[in-house]
Amino acid sequence: MRLKSMIIAAGFGCLCLSAAFAQEEPQALRQSQMKAVGGALGTLGGIAKGEKPYDAQAVTAALTTISTTMKAFPNQFPAGSETGAETEAAPAIWQNTNDFQAKAQKLSADAESLLAAVPADQAGVGSAMKTLGGACGDCHQTYRLKR
Amino acid sequence: MASRWAKVLGAGVVVVAAGAGVAWALTKPDPHPDTYWAGLGEPDMVNGEHLFWAGGCASCHSAPNATGDALKVLSGGRALPSPFGTFHIPNISSDPGAGIGDWTLAEFGNAMTRGVGPDGEHLYPSFPYGSYARLSAKDINDLFGYLKTLPASSNVAPPHELQFPYNIRLAVGGWKFLYFNDRPRVELASADEKVRRGQFLAEGPGHCGECHTPRNALGGFLADQWLAGGPNPEGKGTIPDITPGSRDIGSWSEGDIASYLETGFTPDYDSVGGSMVEVQQNLAHLPKSDLEAIAAYLKAVPAR
Repeated sequence: MRLKSMIIAAGFGCLCLSAAFAQEEPQALRQSQMKAVGGALGTLGGIAKGEKPYDAQAVTAALTTISTTMKAFPNQFPAGSETGAETEAAPAIWQNTNDFQAKAQKLSADAESLLAAVPADQAGVGSAMKTLGGACGDCHQTYRLKR
Repeated sequence: MASRWAKVLGAGVVVVAAGAGVAWALTKPDPHPDTYWAGLGEPDMVNGEHLFWAGGCASCHSAPNATGDALKVLSGGRALPSPFGTFHIPNISSDPGAGIGDWTLAEFGNAMTRGVGPDGEHLYPSFPYGSYARLSAKDINDLFGYLKTLPASSNVAPPHELQFPYNIRLAVGGWKFLYFNDRPRVELASADEKVRRGQFLAEGPGHCGECHTPRNALGGFLADQWLAGGPNPEGKGTIPDITPGSRDIGSWSEGDIASYLETGFTPDYDSVGGSMVEVQQNLAHLPKSDLEAIAAYLKAVPAR
């Protein structure tokens, strides 16, 4: 009886959760994904600048967040989501979809190769920041509207 | 009676001729004498490469959308839109026919620091010699030496497409008379060596002000608005104020600015975008001390 109600509660929870996701507009979803990547980069940047001590676990977690988030990110640009919700997505995304997706995947791939040999000290995290920053800039140059 | 008219007419011709003579004297192409470029010896390739990246040569002179090693092939071919028309950026690769492979040091130096082409003609200031004029003869020798080591390309860019009267090269002499000089853009209270180095990099090779300083209708900088930002000269949008008074980066520390130039990340880990991406990626090739010098300079200029 107890188990049954737990299963029902869990199932209900899942339903609510997916409903919440379904209700979230792609514009808002992709913005929160970029914020997640920014947060992970903040962890790495703090270590690179020496504001926080080196922490292998935190570095691994941050790189994992970047890698997984950036795999999902380019799928959040369906037709009809070109404007609205203060999106900074450039129209070029829908004109050069393949190039845009390749550039987004590049950041995921860069994070994955860093995971294969996790930077072992502050200087290593610093050079990882340069690699990741290059991928960010390459995409933002063309596909994010100037402010 | 007739002779009086002849006198008046004659005097008029003399006045006009004298006026034209004075105008020509003030606005004619004015290269450095050959002796200025003599005896500079072997170029320092390390300084030459630093100047190449600081100067952002590749951002205009490489092929459209070039990245990586292709940035070192200075084939030209990009178009630079402006309020005066479209400039087509020339080939400055080491190719002797299509590029600058057969130029002398004096020809290269006079283009870079005097805005004078190899045929003695005025160059358009879309090529930012108004900033590059701050490079020394030694710097020019080092950069020229480095450029010669880069690959040749046989690409030939189309001629510029400019509206009247901007298509008259002679008129550039008037612009130079009004706006061209190699003096410091701002007087700095600090004589600190780091700030001076930053001033050289930012006002000279880095040519930051070419985009970040607003201009008047004739394309001259508004002197009291140095680095204060303004409309994008290449089209839509605005270019941010980068003085300590900036609402975008005024709150950034010197370390924040240096770190942004090195990695492309803002202090809150947003990333560089738009045309600043290429600038940042070029500057990332410089030693960290140079990026720190630029940051120190940006903190030392008057707030706008």
